Amino acid sequence: MTPPPSVFPALEPLLPRVAKPVQYVGGELNAQVKDWDTAAVRWALMYPDAYEVGLPNQGIQILYELLNERPDVLAERCYAVWPDLEALMRENGVPAFTVDAHRPLGAFDVIGVSFATELGYTNLLTALDLAGIPLHSADRGVDHPVVIAGGHAAFNPEPIADFIDVAVLGDGEEVVGEITDVVAAWKADGRPGGRRELLLRLAETDGCYVPGFYEVSYGADGAIASVEPTDPRVPARVMKRTTVDLDDWPYPKAPLVPLAETVHERASVEIFRGCTRGCRFCQAGMITRPVRERSLETIGKIVDSAVRNSGFDEVGLLSLSSADHSEIAEITKGLADAYEGTNTSLSLPSTRVDAFNIDLANEISRNGRRSGLTFAPEGGSERIRRVINKMVSEEDLIRTVSEAFGQGWRQVKLYFMCGLPTETDEDVVQIADMAHNVIRAGRAAAGHNDVRCTISIGGFVPKPHTPFQWAAQAHPTVIDERLRKLRAAVNANKLGRNVGMRYHDGEPSLIEGLLARGDRRVGRVIERVWREGGRFDGWSEHFSYARWVDAAAAELEPLGVSLDWFTTRERPREEILPWDHLDSGLDRDWLWEDWQDALSGREQDDCRWTPCFDCGVCPSTGADIQVGPSGTTLLPLTVVRGPGAGG
Amino acid sequence: MPRVRAGEAANPSLPTVARVRVQFAKRGRLRFLSHRDVARSVERALRRAAIPVSYSHGFSPHPRLTWSPAAPTGTASEAEYLEIGLTREVEPGELGRALDAALPEGLDVLAAAPADGVALADRIDAARWRIELPQVPVEALKAAVGALLAADEVLVERVTPKGRKHVDVRAALVHVEVSSGVVSGTPSGAPDCAILTAVVRQGSPVVRPDDVLGALDVVAGLRPPVPARATRLAQGLLDDRGELADPLGSDRVTTRA
Repeated sequence: MTPPPSVFPALEPLLPRVAKPVQYVGGELNAQVKDWDTAAVRWALMYPDAYEVGLPNQGIQILYELLNERPDVLAERCYAVWPDLEALMRENGVPAFTVDAHRPLGAFDVIGVSFATELGYTNLLTALDLAGIPLHSADRGVDHPVVIAGGHAAFNPEPIADFIDVAVLGDGEEVVGEITDVVAAWKADGRPGGRRELLLRLAETDGCYVPGFYEVSYGADGAIASVEPTDPRVPARVMKRTTVDLDDWPYPKAPLVPLAETVHERASVEIFRGCTRGCRFCQAGMITRPVRERSLETIGKIVDSAVRNSGFDEVGLLSLSSADHSEIAEITKGLADAYEGTNTSLSLPSTRVDAFNIDLANEISRNGRRSGLTFAPEGGSERIRRVINKMVSEEDLIRTVSEAFGQGWRQVKLYFMCGLPTETDEDVVQIADMAHNVIRAGRAAAGHNDVRCTISIGGFVPKPHTPFQWAAQAHPTVIDERLRKLRAAVNANKLGRNVGMRYHDGEPSLIEGLLARGDRRVGRVIERVWREGGRFDGWSEHFSYARWVDAAAAELEPLGVSLDWFTTRERPREEILPWDHLDSGLDRDWLWEDWQDALSGREQDDCRWTPCFDCGVCPSTGADIQVGPSGTTLLPLTVVRGPGAGG
Repeated sequence: MPRVRAGEAANPSLPTVARVRVQFAKRGRLRFLSHRDVARSVERALRRAAIPVSYSHGFSPHPRLTWSPAAPTGTASEAEYLEIGLTREVEPGELGRALDAALPEGLDVLAAAPADGVALADRIDAARWRIELPQVPVEALKAAVGALLAADEVLVERVTPKGRKHVDVRAALVHVEVSSGVVSGTPSGAPDCAILTAVVRQGSPVVRPDDVLGALDVVAGLRPPVPARATRLAQGLLDDRGELADPLGSDRVTTRA
């Protein structure tokens, strides 16, 4: 096969006519352009959102680097194009392209799409259409790429089952190599059995779910009656993949450094994966169990390599709850010592109030900027926090913020959710009291009145593979009304002047809920919305609630179901859920009991510090909780000496 | 002694002891970089190259870099200038080569020189631009340029975030030449295109290549069928003969072609 010509000469004349053209030119530091002909398997890794959001994505960067390390593999990247460029590309016949070598997307063997959120589904359709790839898996031939979905949303890929060929469940480090081997062998053998055989071989690969090989039937009540494999080679259940030892996969070592501005500009290292805090709303925490910590030594090596190779002045210590790493104090102190005097700051994007202390905060800000502190109590009342199992007490919060304000911080941000199961107006209105108490405590500790508290509220969306997968989602009108009452309560006190309130209206959350817990019938809604112009649904300026509501009515009601049926309806225990044949390792009975515990306000402890409560993950994934101390130390990091340094 | 608030580390920044100026180019697909994009890329390259840049003091330290007025997003340049504050002496040629090696291909450091007593801003008051107009006949461009030069004033409207502004392009034009040649970066044998070379005096607001093209549309209805490609060839102080004096002066050390 001759290398496909670069799309760039055709794209270049369009770039002066679009916003932020730099996002389409590639050229990032540490990007790789490999020889097309010598690669046995060619991957395009797509993040279906704008470049500025997609470029920093760690999942894509990890897979990009480790795939490109294989001499027989070529991997390039692709991001969603904004509607201004999409229109020009259609007008001028320019196909979807990768940013690395500007090769046409349709020429790759595999397109891997990472879905962090369900609101990226319409952007997948844009990319496939611009690439000249049939939207429906069933219409693709032997020369079309295999379209693979990954990321958290892939744990219920049923709404996009018609558009993808494969969904990969769980960690990607190992399975991308196995997929590569399957594709390489099939190509080398002369593509025996055509596309069907390739997909069957992928369906036999652990962690790979091929929706086209399952027949779904529905009962008279609209619920799923059965999900059956249609070929004996296809497993009845697909188990997620778990990378057991993260120290074996120290990526990314050479992070991509963009030319364009992006949402996160930092060298990131994932310090552990998984979380057993057990917050019942949190899909990420449920589907990434068990907790697997990276050792200090590996963290030190990754940070050293990433900072040296990037020039970033911020190091992000990522995980679902970074202050919970068993050696977080050693990590932050070690890094702050190593980067002393280099204007390199540390950030801990997710921290819990109860795991946080001010020494940690001081280490984080020692060499750089002291930005605001952010915590997520998630619920305004003690009662609702028991329901969601986010056991952060108001006393913990007040103590921590008092100390922070006393040490010179001026601003605290608090995140909450609205529309949680069993929630009443009173639970939400209590957020105002908490904010007022933060201001009072902050003023007392700071000795002046110049302290601020920002409360940020998002609509709760029940997600698959969580105890709340059976819950009824709150309707947007309920959420909007509660937020109005909250705003009035915030402003009812003079202290409200020091409280900022940010919230999203409830409508996009309801659509996210439809896409999160939908089944295959929801695919028709996605396609209709896309055909009517739906793009970038995660962006309020592009999202149209009316378009989704109308498309849902037109496509679902003839089938006897509806938008409400998928979202605001509580599911009974015996109902077959669309993702029941996809195994996150969590025991369904345990999830149901945890849901019942939620309804009666019973808490569940963290199994890192208390006995196992049999959620089912460890035995089914073959992994164990891995927490420190790891017995290792941060390597002595060295700062490079530059020109004129002498000796 | 500066007062340090409890919990705020005293800023460890070392003082600036030397300044080096560099001339760099913005080429090829990197012409789509905005000034902010260029600044971020250069700051990171300085860190990767471990050049001892001095930082401002205070709550949010930033590197001491002084930029000449940036070529607009989408235009290429052979003559952008940057002055770098240093915490120790570094030989300018060595600094230029180290920075060039750390920058992405397309942001290329061409020359370096020690800063003298005159501020960088006082060494630049005009720029020379080359604007390629593919598919525009040379004669049509000549006629349009003639009409532009014959006018006393040619106002072009520009939409800015603060509203609409009018710019007098004619007043800023010092010198204009029309020629023909090949679009840069295209294979030999490609059809010729009309080329406009213009020396533009820097006023406020700065007249950009787009404004010059807008003026040709205003006076002669000239509209290129495909987007024109502009490259800044030089910046400097305009002398009596219409030449631009090199902002790096006689101490200039070339670091790359």
